[in-house]
Amino acid sequence: MMKHLPTASKTIAMLLCATLLVACSGNDTNDAEEEARLKAEQEAAEAARLQVELEAANAEELASLEEEAASHGTIFYFEYDSATLTPEALDALNAHIALLHRNTAAVRLEGHTDERGTREYNLALGERRANAVRDYVVANGISSLRIETVSYGEERPVAYGAGDSNWTQNRRVELVKQ
Amino acid sequence: MKRLHIFLFTVALSLMATTVRAELTIEITQGSDDPASIAVVPFAWQGSGAPPADVAEIVDGDLARSGQFAPVARVDMLGRPTAEADVFYRDWRAINAEYLLIGRVSGVNPVRVDYELYDVLRQTRILTGNQSGPASEVRMVAHRVADAVYEKLTGVPGAFATKLLYITVDRKDGGGLSRLTLSDSDGASPVVLLKSGEPLLTPTWSPDARHIAYVSSESGRPAIYRQELATGKRQQLTNFKGLNSSPAWSPDGRSMAMVLSKGGNPDIYVMDLASGQLKQLTRHYAIDTEPTWMPDGNAILFTSDRGGKPQIYRYDLRSGATDRVTFEGSYNARPRISQDGRSMVMVHRQEGRFHIALQDLVTNRVQILTQTDLDESPSIAPNGSMVLYATKQAGRGILAAVAVDGAAKFSLPARQGDVREPAWSPYLNR
Repeated sequence: MMKHLPTASKTIAMLLCATLLVACSGNDTNDAEEEARLKAEQEAAEAARLQVELEAANAEELASLEEEAASHGTIFYFEYDSATLTPEALDALNAHIALLHRNTAAVRLEGHTDERGTREYNLALGERRANAVRDYVVANGISSLRIETVSYGEERPVAYGAGDSNWTQNRRVELVKQ
Repeated sequence: MKRLHIFLFTVALSLMATTVRAELTIEITQGSDDPASIAVVPFAWQGSGAPPADVAEIVDGDLARSGQFAPVARVDMLGRPTAEADVFYRDWRAINAEYLLIGRVSGVNPVRVDYELYDVLRQTRILTGNQSGPASEVRMVAHRVADAVYEKLTGVPGAFATKLLYITVDRKDGGGLSRLTLSDSDGASPVVLLKSGEPLLTPTWSPDARHIAYVSSESGRPAIYRQELATGKRQQLTNFKGLNSSPAWSPDGRSMAMVLSKGGNPDIYVMDLASGQLKQLTRHYAIDTEPTWMPDGNAILFTSDRGGKPQIYRYDLRSGATDRVTFEGSYNARPRISQDGRSMVMVHRQEGRFHIALQDLVTNRVQILTQTDLDESPSIAPNGSMVLYATKQAGRGILAAVAVDGAAKFSLPARQGDVREPAWSPYLNR
């Protein structure tokens, strides 16, 4: 539990302990007590200010991770007959994984193929692609309970018609936030 | 879940009689080299009121589609006999007809067809027969006449009195509405059995043609459903994690082969339909899919990419041994076997193009049957004469058929939208 607390929080905790020690240190005069009370107030205000800064930093970091993931898009493409993650797909996935470490979102991975070949084999190939993405995400520390996979095979193309420009668009896994 | 099933059952029922948007048209693209010329004279209608159907036209169309017959055009007929007394062989020799079929339609309900077939050159009657049926099934009655004529002249039972299952998709619906449709073997009398906004795949027939099964993703992931044709009652057979797909009835009707990936990757299983018990046949990290049974029930052929690319393998149910069956080309998939167990049709890729090919399982000789590209889902007629399959024409999905010797061809585009995944029924009522 402790290791997940950012450094700022640890500092605050230590400051609070230190403040308590100072406040209970013994038989000082009223002046010293007054001084101690003022000091405690200052340190509490400092702690509150740091807390606000921490939350702002977290929000900023989250927003930046979301922006980074969004800039890669939520579609990962594949080579013909292949379920191997390309370097571009890995880049994109790394951004999504970093975000998934910081939020609690559940995702669905939808696997697709182009129209060539038989439909049932393509249904299985779509699943293999979705599983490849899932396995990489899980291997990088995201719980498999947060990931659902489904295959549409060749049944849900984004581009109709023959030819590489259409087929390339259809060989994909789509990440959908639940 | 139950409410969803009731809703879908209602949807299915309410669509049982619709014929909109599922109609196929037929275009004959090629006949065989030496078709026999046959004159099918319009049959006499001996009842009152309008005749129930042009029976001769239905028989004519069946024989023409087989590619083995060249029917005589009605305008060329020198006479219109409907009884033996009116047959003058010289009229038919004059136009080089080899065979002559005449007949009479009578009765309102049931309707009855009497017919006689003549060998023009030998000047003798070679077949006499009759067929009856409910008036609502007059087209089927006509197809049975065509079956009898076909069998008499070729020695092979006809497969015209059969049904087709197929799936139509109309992209105008927003790219996602699929209709599972049942029609006659010539595409007539279409009936929508199921409409779904989620993918439908692999319609298949039970051996007694009373049930069908298919894959539907209506529940959120692919699952196998069985449906009774007479009542429309359906039952979800599987609900495992991952794929539940590619159903195939055993020849004795008691089991169903299927593909499940609940074990981590797609493998072939067999389910005992009475008990629901599952037996796992393949255990391989590769994709194993598209199982189909040998007619003797002793083996299952399936597609597997365990060798790197999809090829067809055979699992022997007695020994548990698996052997590779296809060795030509880098992609062979989706096997279907003829009733005599000798011929296998499949999807075969050559130079990047996907064709339907036939492999003789005894000699292992492979013959490519089609010149079309992006061919898929071959289905063999129950008499083994023709292969129906799906392909693309001008960007649209159509059905097409080719004779097993590659000679005759016809296509069945839908009037509207794409059509795919044909499944030819077994013989009916046998």
